[in-house]
Formats: sequence, structure tokens, C-alpha cells
Amino acid sequence: MTGLVADSAALARKDLLLELRARETLPAMLLFVVTALVVFHFALPADVSDRAAGGLLWVAIVFTALLGLTRAFVAEREQGLLDALVLTPCDRAAIWIGKALAVLAFLVAAEIVALPAYALFFTDLDAAAIAGVALADLGICSVGTLVAAMAVAGRARELLLPLLFLPLAIPIVVGGVGATVGDDPAKSLAFLALYDAIFAILCFASFEYVVTE
Amino acid sequence: MIRARGLAKRFGAKRVLVPLDLDVAEGDFLVVTGPNGSGKTTLLRVLAGLVAPSAGEMQVGVDRSELGLLAHEPLVYRELTALENLELFGRLYRVPERRERIGMLLERYGLWDVRHERAASFSRGMAQRLALCRTLLHEPRLLLLDEPFNALDAEGVELLQRELGTLRAERTLVVATHEPERLAPLATSRLALA
Repeated sequence: MTGLVADSAALARKDLLLELRARETLPAMLLFVVTALVVFHFALPADVSDRAAGGLLWVAIVFTALLGLTRAFVAEREQGLLDALVLTPCDRAAIWIGKALAVLAFLVAAEIVALPAYALFFTDLDAAAIAGVALADLGICSVGTLVAAMAVAGRARELLLPLLFLPLAIPIVVGGVGATVGDDPAKSLAFLALYDAIFAILCFASFEYVVTE
Repeated sequence: MIRARGLAKRFGAKRVLVPLDLDVAEGDFLVVTGPNGSGKTTLLRVLAGLVAPSAGEMQVGVDRSELGLLAHEPLVYRELTALENLELFGRLYRVPERRERIGMLLERYGLWDVRHERAASFSRGMAQRLALCRTLLHEPRLLLLDEPFNALDAEGVELLQRELGTLRAERTLVVATHEPERLAPLATSRLALA
């Protein structure tokens, strides 16, 4: 277990370092999420309901995450590095954990800008909404990273990732919207936590079969 | 070390590796030759466990931690420095006394002075040297080398030939090359793919 944690941390650190140097993913995510919120702000009437605005926040979050996930395995794909990682004796789940942690860091960084922007344009977010975003991030990154690894092997990978990821993200959006504007946020948060737990276990167990033939 | 019977690989309708039998004993130096598209790279990838064979049986007597693969691509992160790349792979391979081992390899392959430079700035030959460092980092018992002389300059070729001569005494090697004459003095067996 110590090895798994250390390997995951080393791989996540590597991805953060790569992003720090290349600066490709995070600026794109930031630009997208802020632009989306600005467009929603000016496109919707001034008296838009909190319920509608809450839905739009989740649209922006899911598509921002999709942008990050599209870039998640670019270095590995372009330079054939998935082979090099798969050949190391580390637990293959460490590759998934490391990558998911890096994507999570980018998504959280984008949300640190996006959530205040949302509050500025639309309405304040309460603690339940913030907790919903945090739980949704975990689910998005765990499922999304697995799906991104699957898409890397395919030919139409740019098409494959959204096709696989968006249906799997529907429960996250349902739970997130419920936590943000629903009548019973606690129930939605519990639903998101359950989704995270189930899919984290599934992804952990199945990643090895995704990256090996 | 390696025993294969009827090993073959197809990608869809295309046959990329014709059925072959293979026996490689511990300490052997097998040179795999053949024209482009004959399946040399595929054979190494199958032996490395990266690609499943379409037919046949195969036994490789080492696990992942004892296998080193030098592929067509250098398999290093271009945005990381030489040192950072080897640190990362050294950690994942659990190399004991990692720093010393990395320093020794960088010195031996003439990359010590550029250890803090990103791999993206390396020439193809320097990248190949770095790839060799990554391949040898964990002192694998079985080495699978795909065109190891690729892009190396005369000095690099000489260095690698010397290195292979040393490795031959203590490791098992399978080397795919279209320049078998370079390895003729070292080879214990030869496999020609058509």
C-alpha cells in the first residue's frame, strides 16, 4: 500500500510538473469555464431563477472537466509512454490514481476561479453546493481518467472520450444539481458520495485491463 | 528464459508476425533481423507483454521488474529533464541507491553535463542515450532492444557496442536490428523474419 501511495504521488507530481512547464491544460480550462459563465450571464435574462443558473454551473463544470480529460494522456499517447509506465513493476492502479489526482488538481484550480465568478454573475453558493462540487470532482476525475485511458487506445479518441464520459457523468450532474438547488441537498450529497465510492472501486479494479491488451 | 511455440500476431486481417517457435536460454544473445514490416518490433512487444499474441504459446521467465525494453521511441517525458525522467522511472522500478545508479549511467552515456536539460531539447542521438539509461536503470535480467543503434553517432555506437559486450556476459538479450553485422561477434543465435 505504501508503494501504491508513493508511486501515485510520484506520477501525479510528474503530471503537475509537466503542466507547470507546458501550460497547456489549465489555461484552456480556465478560459473555457470563465467564457462559458460570461456567455450564460449575458444570454440569460436578469431574473433567471437560481434553479436554472445552478444547472448551467454544472454544464460548465462537466465540460471544463472534459477539456482537462481530453489532455490527460496526451504526453503518454504522443510519446508512447503508457508502454513505459505499464512495464514498470508498480501497481497499474497507481497510473490511474496519479493521473486522476493531477486532473483533480486542474479541475479544482479552474473551480477556484469559476465558483466566485458564478457567485458574481448569478447567486451565492451555499456549503451544500460547495460540498456537491467537491464530491462531483472526485467522481468526474475517477471515471473520467479511466475513460480517457480507454479513449487513448482508440482511433477516434477525441470523439470516443465524450461519448463514453458524458453518459457516465449524468448521475454526477443530477446529484450536483440536487446539492446546489434541490430541496434535499443531503440526499444528493449522499448519492454523490455513493457514486464516488462505487466508481472509484470499479476504476481501481479495472484500470489494469484498460492499459494492457 | 523465453519459450514460444507458434507465436503469431494479427491486427485485424493483417498478419504482422508469422507463426514462429523461439527458445532463448539464460545468457543468450539473440539477434532478430528482417526487412521493414517483418514483425521485429511486434515480436519484442509481444515478448515484453505489451501486446497479446493472436496465436501460440509463450513463456517468459522474468517478471516486469526484470525486463528492460528499448523501443523505437525513447519513452521519456520530453518536458522533464534527463535527471527527472530517470528519477521517476528509478522510483517506479524501486531501484536501490537510485541517485548513485542514475549518476553512474548519466556519466557513462555522456549525459551528465546535460542532466538538468529537458529531453525535448535533446538531439535524437542524445534521446537514444537517455532511453538506454532508462532501459538499463533497474539492471534487468532480460533486455529487449529495438534498433538500439538508431540515431547514435559514431562515438555512441562504439559506446553501445562496448556496453553490449559487457551486458552479454551477465544478461539475456534479444536485439532487433537491420544491421546484424554490428552484432555478429556478440550474437549466440539469430532469427531472420521474412
